[in-house]
Amino acid sequence: MRLEQRENISPYLRIAAPLLAVLVALGFCSVLILWSGHSPLTAFLFLLKGSLGSKFAITETLTRATPLIFTGLAAAVAFRAQLWNIGAEGQLYAGACMATLLGTGMLPLPGWFMIPFLFLAGAIAGGLLLLGPTLLKTWFSVDEVVTTLLLNFITLLFVNWLVFGPWKDPMAMGWPQAAPVIDSAVLPILLPKTRLHVGFIIALASAMITWVTLRFSRLGFEIRAVGHNKHASRFAGIPVRKTILFTAFFSGGLAGFAGVSEVCGLKGYLTLDLSPGFGYSGIVVAMLAALHPLGVVLAALFIAAISIGADSMSRSLNISNYIADVATAVSLLSVLAAMLLARFRLRWR
Amino acid sequence: MDILLFFMETGFWIATIRMATPLIFGTLGELICERAGVLNLGIEGIMAAGCMAGWTWVYFGGDLWGGVLFAAFIGALFGLLHSLFTVHLGLSQHVTGLGITMLAAALSSFVFKMLLPKATTPPKIIPFANLDLPWLADIPFLGPILTHQSPLTLLAFFLVVLVSYLLYKTPVGLSLRMCGENPLAVEAQGLSVYTIRTGAVVVGSSFMAVGGAFLTLSAFDAFYIGMVNGRGWICIALVVFSSWKPWKALLGTMLFAAFDAMQMRVQQQSAMVIPYQFYLMLPYIFSILAMVIMSRRAAYPKALLIPFRKGER
Repeated sequence: MRLEQRENISPYLRIAAPLLAVLVALGFCSVLILWSGHSPLTAFLFLLKGSLGSKFAITETLTRATPLIFTGLAAAVAFRAQLWNIGAEGQLYAGACMATLLGTGMLPLPGWFMIPFLFLAGAIAGGLLLLGPTLLKTWFSVDEVVTTLLLNFITLLFVNWLVFGPWKDPMAMGWPQAAPVIDSAVLPILLPKTRLHVGFIIALASAMITWVTLRFSRLGFEIRAVGHNKHASRFAGIPVRKTILFTAFFSGGLAGFAGVSEVCGLKGYLTLDLSPGFGYSGIVVAMLAALHPLGVVLAALFIAAISIGADSMSRSLNISNYIADVATAVSLLSVLAAMLLARFRLRWR
Repeated sequence: MDILLFFMETGFWIATIRMATPLIFGTLGELICERAGVLNLGIEGIMAAGCMAGWTWVYFGGDLWGGVLFAAFIGALFGLLHSLFTVHLGLSQHVTGLGITMLAAALSSFVFKMLLPKATTPPKIIPFANLDLPWLADIPFLGPILTHQSPLTLLAFFLVVLVSYLLYKTPVGLSLRMCGENPLAVEAQGLSVYTIRTGAVVVGSSFMAVGGAFLTLSAFDAFYIGMVNGRGWICIALVVFSSWKPWKALLGTMLFAAFDAMQMRVQQQSAMVIPYQFYLMLPYIFSILAMVIMSRRAAYPKALLIPFRKGER
């Protein structure tokens, strides 16, 4: 087997490749659904109905997409600079902790100031959490993949201590959760009788700003340059180390946003099940989007639709909702392969 | 003073070796992959798949060693997938590895839920019994420590010897290490880099899965979701700590497990003073520290992370 670079890639192939990849993922899941004794067609209909079938379902999908947009952007920005930030999960909780620390009555600020303030604080917390492993990378060349992954476990244990210990809300009937944020810190609901909150708009705006920054600003150029070739960038006079640190802060900050948005928008308080792995799914989102900030929005909607749809499918058909995780993982792998096969031709010899 | 007394106790050493066993399998497996030039971040998920596969085999009536073999087989399949993506297609080893971890972990959870939809408490199996070797038990101090282990631990020790011998004393080992350092030289010898790397990843992944199977077939007697709990990532840190050498990997895992066993003891004695979550953080903090300490001397295999494409240089 040999790979041969295609001279010119037709635009159809560019669009067809990821779609084909998604089909592969659906095909793989069909096998699992067949094994569980259901018809894949019925299952996918339930999935579609559960994620897009009603106004409420659509708002649920958008609500689920909100943290995924943030963590997807976090991964996309970092991966652009070849900074392998796998710690968005931990950074999300760092942001959530900050929102809880400052938003539960310590500072009685008015809403118009409180919400931007909390987002900023959460971003700083997330950014600082990633700054540690990044400094270890630039100073001692310690692989950031492992350190960011391990920090996720450390951060989660820390949150575990907070919600079982000093931050445990005495009004929560013994549930391990922190006190709810005060009214001025709650993100307004966009549509009455749904859970869709302003966080979604902030996520869209963040995607827009990230795109503009990466595409048009000097920092964005430097991030991309460092990602393509560190040594050439250094020769061209780009401060490589500074750029990587800045990328880390940018990326960690976006993941911190996700935490603030979940605490202030969706749950209202900090718990241990705040994120069912949004940090990790963010990596899938970023890869599906080919690291494009606007593509992240679409990819996040897709992953959110699968997971919301799978929840309702599993309730109606008794298929475990881990099928959503399987679909997400297979999508990641098949999109990886599809994008390569769009650029290269396979030759069997 | 109490701390010093730990080291005299057989119980402490029994716990240390038991905790080290899955890490020995995982670290050796990762070491083989990385020595051939392929980072395998699938380890966390492959260990979970190994947990699940071994347990399922035994739960549905298979024998324990069959479970170990089945886990190794499932691990090898995921290894094959990883090598198809990273070795043959030359895709990013970071992203593929994470994808494999997500896929393997999600599939094991899904299969577990489908096989036992009603299980609220994890169903139990009869795990490996301790070694029954009378001649071994007669050795003072060491005897009781070794006989309180499962046969899988013995297998882990044996694999350290075997891998070390194969890597350094055989042509296969030489060409494997060459793949990690200078694949073009392998090519010049008329050997296939693709085949050697694929073999390394497949074998390495099956080791990881056996490490996972140890958790369900020996350390615990049930499967629960999330039971690998970062052990795979710790193994990756331990590979760096051991400078990619099997004997040092054994030493590193034992040292790590000894610290872990020690913190558990201290935790039992002072649970009131320091919250237990901080003790649970220690293994992860140790791993990060180990990587920082060794980073200056870390001699990464030169071709690690670099895909090899035939006819390109």
